[in-house]
Formats: sequence, C-alpha cells, structure tokens
Amino acid sequence: MKGLWWKILAILLLLYAIVAGFLVDIPDTDIKESMRNVFFHVGMWFAMLAVYTKSFIGSIKHLNTNSLDKDILAEQSAKTGLFFGLLGIITGMIWANFTWGKPWANDPHLNGAAIGIVIYLAYFILRSSIDDEHKRARISAVYNVFAFVLLIVLIGILPRLSSSTLHPGSQDGNPAFGDMDANMRYVFYPALIGWMMLALWIADLKVRLKKIDSEIENNEIV
Amino acid sequence: MNVSEIKLLLHKDIKLELKQSYTLNSILLYAFSTVFICYLSFKGVVDVSTWNALFWIILLFTSINAVVKSFVQESPARHLYYFTLSSPQSVIISKIIYNSLLMLIITTLTFLFYIFYIGNQIDNYPLYFAALIFGSLGFASLLTMVAAISSRSNNNFGMMAILSFPIIMPMLITVIIVSKMALIGAKYSPVAWQYIGILALLNMIVIILAYLLFPYLWRE
Repeated sequence: MKGLWWKILAILLLLYAIVAGFLVDIPDTDIKESMRNVFFHVGMWFAMLAVYTKSFIGSIKHLNTNSLDKDILAEQSAKTGLFFGLLGIITGMIWANFTWGKPWANDPHLNGAAIGIVIYLAYFILRSSIDDEHKRARISAVYNVFAFVLLIVLIGILPRLSSSTLHPGSQDGNPAFGDMDANMRYVFYPALIGWMMLALWIADLKVRLKKIDSEIENNEIV
Repeated sequence: MNVSEIKLLLHKDIKLELKQSYTLNSILLYAFSTVFICYLSFKGVVDVSTWNALFWIILLFTSINAVVKSFVQESPARHLYYFTLSSPQSVIISKIIYNSLLMLIITTLTFLFYIFYIGNQIDNYPLYFAALIFGSLGFASLLTMVAAISSRSNNNFGMMAILSFPIIMPMLITVIIVSKMALIGAKYSPVAWQYIGILALLNMIVIILAYLLFPYLWRE
C-alpha cells in the first residue's frame, strides 16, 4: 500500500527508541539516569515543531489557493502540535521536579515552550470568534503565518543569546545536545525522527477525519 | 505601492488625529493615570528589576490602547473607498509609519511621567534610549498588524489583547533584558548592542510579514 512504509518505519523507530532508551549506557553526569528523559522529552518538541511547520505550510497554501481543505490541514495540524507541546511541558515538568527541585524555573527554553502553547491557544480563540468559514480560514491563516515566524525567531535566537539556561548540555547555546556521547546519539536521532513521523501521522489522520465530518455535514444540509 | 500614496494616506491620518486630537489625549491621560497609580502604590521604594518591568508593562498596555483603534476608527464603507483608491501595501505601511510616530510621542511622554514620579535609575543613557526607541518602534509595527487581524474578528478589543500578548513576548523579553543592562551598568555593552540589533531585526521581520500578509486581510 502506498504511504504505508513510513508508518511502519515510525513504529519500528519508536519501538527501538523506547527499548534502547532504557537500556543504552549513558555518561555518568550529575543528572544520572534522569538523562534518559532526553529521548522522550526532546522528541515531543521536535514532533511539535514538525506539525506546526505542517500547519504553517497549510496556511500558506490556503492563502494561495483559497481551498478549505488546506485550512482543515492547518487547523488539525496546529491542534496536534498543541497536544505534543503540552506533552513536552508535562514530561519536562516531571523531570524538572526531580532534577531542579521544582516543576517550573525561569529559563529561556521554558519561556519559549509556554509562549509556543499560548500563541496557538490564541489561534483557536481567533478561529472561534469568526463565523463565516472562508473569512475564518483566511484571517486565521494570516495570523498563523505571522505567529509561526515569530515563534521560530523566539526559540531559535533568544536561548542562544542568554548564558543563563539551566538545561543540561546547553551551555554553548545548542539546546540539549551537548552532553551526549556517541552511544546516546545512536538512540537519540532515530527517536527524534520517530516522534516527528508519529506526529505527522496523527495530524494526517485528524485531517482525514475532519474532512469526512464536514462532508457528512454538507450532505445533511442538502 | 508608491511613495506618494503612502504620503497622502499618512497625511490623512495625521490630519484626522490633529482635528479630533482624541487618541493622543486619551492615551496620555491613560499613561499618566497608570504611572500615578504606580507611584501611589509603590511609595517610592522600587528596585532596579521592578522599575524596569513596571515601565515596560505600563508602556505595553498604553501602546495596545493606542494602536487598537487603527482599523476601526473609520467606517467599513470608507475602508472600501480607500481600497478602490490605493494598494493594500500603501495602507499598511502608512499605518505602520503613523503608529510608529504616535508611539515615539507616547513613549517619550510616558517616560517623562515615569522618571518624574517613580525616579530615575538609568546608568547607561545611550543604550537605554536606543532600547526605548527600538522597543517602541517594534511595538508599533507588531501591534499595527495585530490590530489589522483583530479588526476582522467579531470582538476587536478583546481579540487585540489575546492575539498580541503571546506574539509580542519575543520583543518584550529582548527589550526588558537590554534595558535592564542599561540600568545596572555599562560593562555589558557589546552584548547589549547585539540585543538592540535583534530588536531591529525583529522589527524588520514584522514589517516584511505585514507587507506580505496584509493584502489577504484587506480583500473581502
């Protein structure tokens, strides 16, 4: 079947990441075994960014073509991204509670994460405030493009400038990649790809479901 | 888009403002009252971080109040009229220039009220004034674009606050960091000027995005 191979690949990669993530040897740093969280927590952020990017592309395509299908793509991808963002915050908070002694610290990464959630909550509030579906699609697409670019600037530039981050391995400005040895990287990169593919798959399913829903609704009206 | 169109639209906006002088006066009263309330609540004992954060929060709320009217002040019928006369790019650029001028005036006066009542704690003046100017210009262009988006929704004033707070955060964080450097001393200068560069860059990104995206909002 067309398009099946990458779904199977995603499952295999995630199985490998989960099994190897708990078995692989990790360097003996001051955060000990809690370092294994990097395979799951960082994966959530990459998954979130992957579907936010998909949503951004959907919005641009909608502005070019005016097709409502692209608007459904943008909306459902943003919803999936929000879900992964919340998972990222939860996995981070559980980890931070053990490592830093409190679930939330004033850190550029955390501020970026919180803003990434709030921007998309505002996106859904904007959507719900407009009744006409074509108008809603166009205006929320404009906001989505505008906000996504600023979000990328925020999480791309600001953490690298401040030297005060608490995240392990980030002292040279590279988010969370610093302390890993080669063994960990063999698990880490497949895990990232696996989580991103899973997120894109979920977004894809949600888009198809939504399209069927709106099709049924249209038929009922007729 | 051409320069003479922008000039005419800008001229129209300034004339409208001078004739009604309603926005500027109401905003100045708002800024003065807010600063005065802070003066009464804090009783003059303010440390550097609080001084800094308080000023930018006052300025943020004041600028949202100043810019929110940009696209709802005039009737939709008149917007249609402008639509037939000029390109959408001219409209958004002239609005950004107008709001930037307005913001510079508002920032100056709010700043004067603020140091008069709360006290002056600035150490590095050139850096602080650079932060003020680039910060208020950045606020102006970003809020103009958000005002354009929220004017298309059903609840303009509420939507303005909801949409602008999350996306103004990168700018606000940068400007608070850099102006705090200007308050605690000059030894961080090279890094601090880098932040001013980032503010200018953010402002450029916002203006380019506004230029590209506004035509889609304008069309109806």
